[in-house]
This record gives sequence, structure tokens and C-alpha cells, in this order.
Amino acid sequence: MKSKGRFGPFGGYYVPEVLIPALEEIEAAFEQFRQDPTFLKDLNTLYTDYAGRPTPLYHARRFSEAVGFTVYLKREDLLHGGAHKINNTLGQGLLARYMGKTKLIAETGAGQHGLATAIVGALFGMETKIFMGATDVARQNVNVHKMKLLGAEVIPVEGGTGTLKDAINEALRYWTAHVEDTFYLFGTAGGPHPYPTIVRHFQEPIGQEARRQCLEKAGRLPDIVTACVGGGSNAIGIFSAFLSDPKVQLVGVEGGGKGLHTTQHCATLCTGTVGVLHGARTYLLQDENGQIRDTECISAGLDYPGVGPEHAYLKETGRARYVSVCDEEVLDTFFLFSRMEGILPALESTHALAWLRQQKGLLPHNTIAVANLSGRGDKDIDIVEHHRPLTARSL
Amino acid sequence: MNPYQSCFSKLNRAALIPFFVIGDPSYETSLALVKAAIDAGADILELGIPFSDPVADGPTIQKADLRALKAGITPAKALQFIREITAYKPIPIGLLVYYNLLVQYGTERFLQDFQKAGGTSVLVADLSIDDADEITLPAKNAGLETVFMATPNTPDDRLRRIAEKTTGFIYTVSLLGTTGERDALSQAVRPLVARLKRLTDKPVCVGFGISTPQHACEVARARADGVIIGSRIVKFIEETPDNPDELRENITRFLSEVRAALPPKNPTAKADA
Repeated sequence: MKSKGRFGPFGGYYVPEVLIPALEEIEAAFEQFRQDPTFLKDLNTLYTDYAGRPTPLYHARRFSEAVGFTVYLKREDLLHGGAHKINNTLGQGLLARYMGKTKLIAETGAGQHGLATAIVGALFGMETKIFMGATDVARQNVNVHKMKLLGAEVIPVEGGTGTLKDAINEALRYWTAHVEDTFYLFGTAGGPHPYPTIVRHFQEPIGQEARRQCLEKAGRLPDIVTACVGGGSNAIGIFSAFLSDPKVQLVGVEGGGKGLHTTQHCATLCTGTVGVLHGARTYLLQDENGQIRDTECISAGLDYPGVGPEHAYLKETGRARYVSVCDEEVLDTFFLFSRMEGILPALESTHALAWLRQQKGLLPHNTIAVANLSGRGDKDIDIVEHHRPLTARSL
Repeated sequence: MNPYQSCFSKLNRAALIPFFVIGDPSYETSLALVKAAIDAGADILELGIPFSDPVADGPTIQKADLRALKAGITPAKALQFIREITAYKPIPIGLLVYYNLLVQYGTERFLQDFQKAGGTSVLVADLSIDDADEITLPAKNAGLETVFMATPNTPDDRLRRIAEKTTGFIYTVSLLGTTGERDALSQAVRPLVARLKRLTDKPVCVGFGISTPQHACEVARARADGVIIGSRIVKFIEETPDNPDELRENITRFLSEVRAALPPKNPTAKADA
């Protein structure tokens, strides 16, 4: 490898020897093509004509009134596939194509990354396998159906709790046996180097656009940029453009599940300790012996006991801060926001909105906040209905 | 001479190296089984500490890890286990561990405790040669040997670096993939062992997918210094976890068969090298 892939003490590539040649090959291809004019032209065309970039920055007026300060939404939910995930899958998929790979594999939690990979697999005519925890297959069956319609094979993973962590384990295992013709399209800004850097790179348009759009619309930079953090790809994408603007506060919102006093949450940066999982040194939810803990969160896309290593570094340096909101606050906000703005937000993204709601009365009225609305909530209607059936609710 | 060197030089055949997950299916049964393996003629033991997320392992050893974790095995209990084994009979013990378990215990402290318990070498499944520094110095300070993996897709210059960092033996992975039983021995074994033998004098032990006495014999004929058998043995435990007597018999019989199948070393083979 050319680089250690470190973010301060975090990151690296702690993987079995068998995967090193594949990671080296991807690192070399990424360094070569990220500057390549033809690659960039192809990617840009896909971003604009296929995915729908740039996405708007929308002034959410009614929600702003409700929280008492100005909130802009970066509308990644409007992208093809319904989430920011397509930025990364188009980038890595194109990279795989330039490398001459013919097969794609990916892990998925909520199914959004699996769906975005299935889309790219179909678009490029590549055989696609998606590893998905059995629990997630059950709770995100709409996305499973979509992936299958797009021609991908969905492989339910029974091990562990049947969630994202187990899907990553199984995808890594499959990859060790098929490294020669298969590209592992990693979904979040985590895992072994070079993935945290690659995923961040392909998600950077979110931040670049948001920064420019905020300057255009508000005439100045925002005071706060917030996004949900599971593995952390949408957050690192929007944070990246503001890292050199010291006055812009960066706030990552983790899944507080049933509350941080329980073990049923996935607030890794808020409560975790440093360790090594899935190729990276980062914060983890683990017991005192280093066994990885089960996590639980209403939002499948955040349900992961690790976090991207660059977020660990941003926490350590204090450049970003990380907070959590619990399931009930997320559900409250989901209903309120949907009816106020006419947008069904993904439960993942709703975490950032719920944190903004908590800031009511705590921030000056002239505060400007940009929240990354990383995905749309159509995929979550069954979960919401399960927790708060419409028939039982008085509205 | 380190314990491996004296073991390999004494033997006129490839070393028989069974693998067990410590505490699978329970501390006591596991202890009885490992002792039985020693009695059946194991030359070296490869022991694993169970981990919740073993990405280098196939389904058989994943399930073994879960059984052992359910039985309450912690790194501290694993060390106690190793103490009991070496008290039963001195035998070289290689440890296979996932990195996070070392990091949480404290790598230096763990390796010292492991050496005191009678351990010989450490192999970290998810630590490649590029990060060897994180383990080589603590291992050396603790008086332990290092073991690193080589795989069929490892290029020659990297194999050389692996050999340089290895003081115990090179854990040679027979195939591209995870641990687990296979019907046929991988075609990749012979060329990989041959490449290693050309590049280094370090002992070469082969593991992953070696499931029958015939496989073991083929590996030995390919001039491996040791044959590591994991999933086939662990599979016996999966099949009858609640019958320790039957398990002990099955494992004893199987290891005796494997040992009998290992051909004597061809004295001219060394001259060829």
C-alpha cells in the first residue's frame, strides 16, 4: 500500500493477508483515476444526468419556525435511489469498470446502499451480490424487492444479530474467496483503507454544493452543519467542505435507540471505546474483552457498532462533536416534519432533524443550520407504522 | 533453537498441528479434547480465542466461536486453559487471535501472560505484514515467536518480507477464502509451498481446507513442514457437542489416521532445495 490510510491514530487496514493485494489494487486505481479527465467527465455526467446532481438546498420555512432558527436542508433524498448512497456507488462502480472488474459485491443495512449498488450493477451490466443481515431483510423488505427487480442477488446473512456488521463480515469472507474478479463496493466511510478515503471522496459533492448554495442563499456560511452518523458517509460528505471553516460547528447525530443508559443503541462515538473492527482502528461498541456488542436502533442504516475512522479523528481533535437522539424523539420528529414540510425523511436523516428540534430555545434566532437530508423515508413506512400505527394515533 | 525449530528438526515427517477454539463447546470438554489430541500424537497445537466477528473464518469455526463465547470464554480464561494444557504436557502452542482482543487486553501484557502460560507463538488473523511492527517487538520482548500468513495471491517480494518478520513458521493459506472443510485439496498449495521454499528457510505449515488424511498426505508431499487441521476437527464438536466421550474417540481416531498418512520426509528433497 502507498498510504497507511490513517486519520491521526485511527484508520489503517487491519485485514487478513489474503485481502491486501485487492486493497492495493483499488488504492492504485483510485489514485490513478481520481485525476483522470475521462473518468471525471464520465462520473460528472452520471452525477448530473443520471443521479440528479446538484441537489437543492431548501429553506425549510415551517420547520425553521418550529425550532426558532433558520434550517436549510441538503436534499440528497431527491437523488435517484432516494439517498446519498448513489454518489458513492456511481463513483466506485465506475472505478470498478475502469479496473476491468465484472462483478460487484456490497453489504447493506437499511438496504439503501444495496439498492444504490444494484442500480449501478444494472447500469453497468455487472453481476451484483448484496449481503444483508437477515433481520434487516425482514424489516426493509421493500428495498430487498427493489434490489431483486434490478437484477441483484440478495444474500440474507444469519450470523450475529443479522444486521449491518454481520453483512460486512460475510461480504469480507466472500471477497477473500473471489478477490480476483470481484470488486467490493463498500458502502460507508469505514472499513479498511482505502475505503474511508474513497467513500469520502465520492460523497464530497454534498458538502461542496451545500457550502456554495448556502453562500448564495443566505449570504454567509452556516453556523451549524448537522448529519446523522452510522458509519458516517453522508456526514463526512457534508462535513468535508466545512473542515477549514473553524466557525462552522459540525454535529454528527448517532442513533440513541432506547437511550444511552441501555445497551439498545448504536451511539458509537458518544459511548464507545477505541478498538479494531472491519479493518479500521476506530471507536466501537464492545465489552471489556473486546467482543463486539449487539446494537439496536429504529433506523437500520445507523445500526452498526463501529464508525468511520475519520469521524473518530474529528471527535478526538474536537473539530466535530457527536450527540445522539433516541428512537422516540426520532418518531416524534418524523411525524412533525412530514406534515410540516411535505417530505417523508428517512429515519436515519430524521436523527439530525430531531437534534435540531432539541436546540429550540438554545440557539439565537439568527442561527443558520444546514441539515443533510440524506435519504427519503418511503422505505421506513412499515417501521413507523409498526411503532406508531396511524389508526391508534390521534392527530 | 526455538521450540518450533527443535520440533521440526526432530521429526522425520510433517508436523501434525490440530486447531481448536478454546472452550468449544465448554471449557471442560474442550480441555479433554485438546488433551486427547496431544495423546493422539499432535506435535504442535494451534489454539484460537473466540471472537464475535471472525472475518477470516468460515461457518464451522464461526459457530465454534459462538459456542465458546456462550460458554463464557474470555481471553483471561483462555490463558488459564493454556496453563492447564502445558501443565498436562509441554507442547509448542501457537495462538490464533483477532487483533481487537489483544488491543483491549493490552498487547504487551497479553503476550507476556501468554508466554508465562507456556505459549510459543502468536498469529493475529487481521494484522498483515505491513503492520507487523505492532506485534513483533511486543512478541520479542515477551519471548514469543511470530507467525504470519502467506496466501496464494501474495507476490514474491511480499513473501520475502513475511519470511523476514516470521520467527516461528509461515502459516501458509492453501486457498483464496476462509477456513472450512473442502472436498479436494486446493491446487494452489503445491506452487505456493514451492515458491516459499525457494525464497526462505523458515518452516512452512499449511492450513485452510485440509479435511482428510489424504489431503494431509498431499500437503506433506508438497514439502510442507506442518499440516494444520481446523474445521474438520471442529466439525466433530458441532456434530455431537453433548457427548464428550464420543467426541474424544472421534478426534483421537481421526488424528491417528492423519498422522499415519503423513509420509516420511524424503531425504533427497532437502538436497533439491
